[in-house]
Amino acid sequence: MAVVFEKPKALADITFHYCPGCTHGIIHRLVAEVIDEMGIEGETIGVCPVGCSVMAYDYFNCDMIEAAHGRAPAVATGVKRTNPDKYVFTYQGDGDLAAIGTAETVHAATRGENIVVIFVNNTTYGMTGGQMAPTTLPGQITQTTPYGRDPELAGYPVRVCEMLATLSGTALAQRVAVNSVPHIREAKKAIKKAFENQRDKKGFSIVEVLSTCPTNWGLSPVDALKRLEDEMIPYYPLGVYKDTNAFPKKEAN
Amino acid sequence: MTHDILLAGFGGQGILFAGKILAYSGLMDDKEVSWLPSYGPEMRGGTCNCSVCISDKPIGSPLVLEPSILIVMNTPSMEKFANAVKPDGVIVSDSTMVDVKTDRTDVRAFYIPATQLATDNDLQGGANMILLGKMFRETGIVSMDIFKKAVEKVVPAKRAALAANNLRAVQIGMDYEG
Amino acid sequence: MERNLMKGNEALAEAAIRAGCKCFFGYPITPQTEISAYLAKRFRQAGGVFLQAESEIAAINMVLGAASTGVRAMTSSSSPGISLKSEGISYIAGSDLPCVIINVQRGGPGLGGIQPSQADYWQATKALGHGDFQLLVFAPSSVQEMVDTVTKAFDLADEYRMPAMILADGLLGQMMEPVTFPEISAKQIEKPWAANGHGNKREHNIINSLFLQPDVLEKSVRDRFERYAEIKEKHAEAELYMTDDAEVVVTAYGATARVAKSAVNMAREQGIKAGLIRPVTLWPFPVKQINEGSKNAHTLLCVEMSMGQMIDDVKLAINCSKPVEFLGRTGGVIPKPSEVFEEIKRLAGGAE
Repeated sequence: MAVVFEKPKALADITFHYCPGCTHGIIHRLVAEVIDEMGIEGETIGVCPVGCSVMAYDYFNCDMIEAAHGRAPAVATGVKRTNPDKYVFTYQGDGDLAAIGTAETVHAATRGENIVVIFVNNTTYGMTGGQMAPTTLPGQITQTTPYGRDPELAGYPVRVCEMLATLSGTALAQRVAVNSVPHIREAKKAIKKAFENQRDKKGFSIVEVLSTCPTNWGLSPVDALKRLEDEMIPYYPLGVYKDTNAFPKKEAN
Repeated sequence: MTHDILLAGFGGQGILFAGKILAYSGLMDDKEVSWLPSYGPEMRGGTCNCSVCISDKPIGSPLVLEPSILIVMNTPSMEKFANAVKPDGVIVSDSTMVDVKTDRTDVRAFYIPATQLATDNDLQGGANMILLGKMFRETGIVSMDIFKKAVEKVVPAKRAALAANNLRAVQIGMDYEG
Repeated sequence: MERNLMKGNEALAEAAIRAGCKCFFGYPITPQTEISAYLAKRFRQAGGVFLQAESEIAAINMVLGAASTGVRAMTSSSSPGISLKSEGISYIAGSDLPCVIINVQRGGPGLGGIQPSQADYWQATKALGHGDFQLLVFAPSSVQEMVDTVTKAFDLADEYRMPAMILADGLLGQMMEPVTFPEISAKQIEKPWAANGHGNKREHNIINSLFLQPDVLEKSVRDRFERYAEIKEKHAEAELYMTDDAEVVVTAYGATARVAKSAVNMAREQGIKAGLIRPVTLWPFPVKQINEGSKNAHTLLCVEMSMGQMIDDVKLAINCSKPVEFLGRTGGVIPKPSEVFEEIKRLAGGAE
């Protein structure tokens, strides 16, 4: 019988711990498919965050490192600088990347670290039970914004791709989503481009993936996908914010 | 025999460099040596001093609190350190820059217009070396031969002019009467 | 072998390269910045990675990343910066990674001062971050010993898969002394655990300190402590100076031990039977050597550039069987040989 669909080889045959309806599984799969297609599992080192994807080191079959909260880009820098021929990616949530790890993110980007950052934005701290994230939308109710996020009290959300696109070291800053088949196809293309950028030594590549958290949003998986479309995308427009070679001279050499 | 030497003045007068070349002189003479700078947030113009120990035995504390030899290049340093000098110790003062003298009678004090001599001999910035030369003459702790070796070691070959100037300045100090 | 004068900080940096260190990640702070400046220059020639990080926190996590791939990695800082690194050091210990961390101590707490201090003894030996763990802690007391310690620190860190610290201070970092660099062959220790790409030849390696099951976490900690027990047995070191007949024994480490040694010499000149025990490793603490060196003493005197931190370990080492007196200066003040001598004399009951 012909096999028409199978698990990517770069994903371990383990049951994920993610909640039903969570889109982490899709994003893991997209990263693993890209690793398979490029045939680079043996030369890839992944760095996990602290957050819902904290145990992703068990899920990817490449070598994996677990970083402290927010520090994945620094850990990835240490790996990449000493192993420049290997592929290095981080997989981080919004609290990890855009709150406690903002400095590490911004400086890895501005240095043009030749790494891939997969940034999963679901507007909430999932693992700790649904508190305000740096990306929580104005008005959004969370455990720590029980009356809805009021920018006068809690500030405004961070638009990461827009911010990092201003930095010279950033090669790719693209926001994608995984709430529909066309969006998922687009997301995979972006992730592949990010890894190809690393192969071509173009600089820092970040793919921001808008994701859902049905559990902490208090929505069914289907309604969660609808919220992503109706509320998140208008605030976080999809698209390519930057696509360049951060080190064109290097290429000329 | 242990020489505990303190060099003190303003930043920019070459205090640390003079200390370094002094320490290298000890090294070239196969002695045990240590060099310890004062370090602070001010980079230029602040007070600056440097401890150098030269000994036949391993150096204990490298911080010189009671110098046997004191070289001073500004008035505040003279006022601060002259009374700490060990009895029978030596003070060499740049009298162009230091307008006070010590009233101690149990030390040997020499006042030499080193900055003026440097200017007169077209050796700007060479006062530190002139003071070293005077100190060598009065204490005998470093010979000119050893000092030459130290200069060769510290000053890169491509800056031969600098090395020559240092040697000339030390000679002026050594020849100074008074 | 040619003797050269080198600043302690620069000697540490050169020694690291010769010990096979392949990368350095740091952030400027007085009084250790020469280490960064030296390596920024030298790694270009010697072949290695120098990177100035955006913070101490990033620097130690870069070390974690590099060490995860099996590369010899180092960072250095001074007291306030080490506090920032403590999170990363805990993760490095929890992930069983080797690396070398240098602390050129300055006065604290807070921003403190920039002059020499030994007030981070507790931090280095008891609590460099959260959780049950230890670092190898070395306390050299001369520039030459700093050079020699770097290789040992890397070798033992690799052998036991744990971080090692060289606990220096501003005096040792800033002073110049003659040094020689002996020909060394850095130990080549296999690192089959390294996460440097499996090349489709083995199962994937995971570098991790997360163990959600209490019994699994307990086992990982207990395994680590078994290694600690072996280290305590095999690698505790101290220098004993004139202790055989000493009635007053001074304990001091690092730069302070130099001051104490001068004071012991002054006491001996006056016929006072004084000696010195200088712990060379602070963890493991040289318990046997403290007992051996103080067996004929009626009193011990612990001298530190702090308000009294190592003294606790000295008392524990001898089970408080003898009085342990304390003399300390802090905030960047370096004790004088004469004041240590006066205290020795007082404890000895006066000169003969």
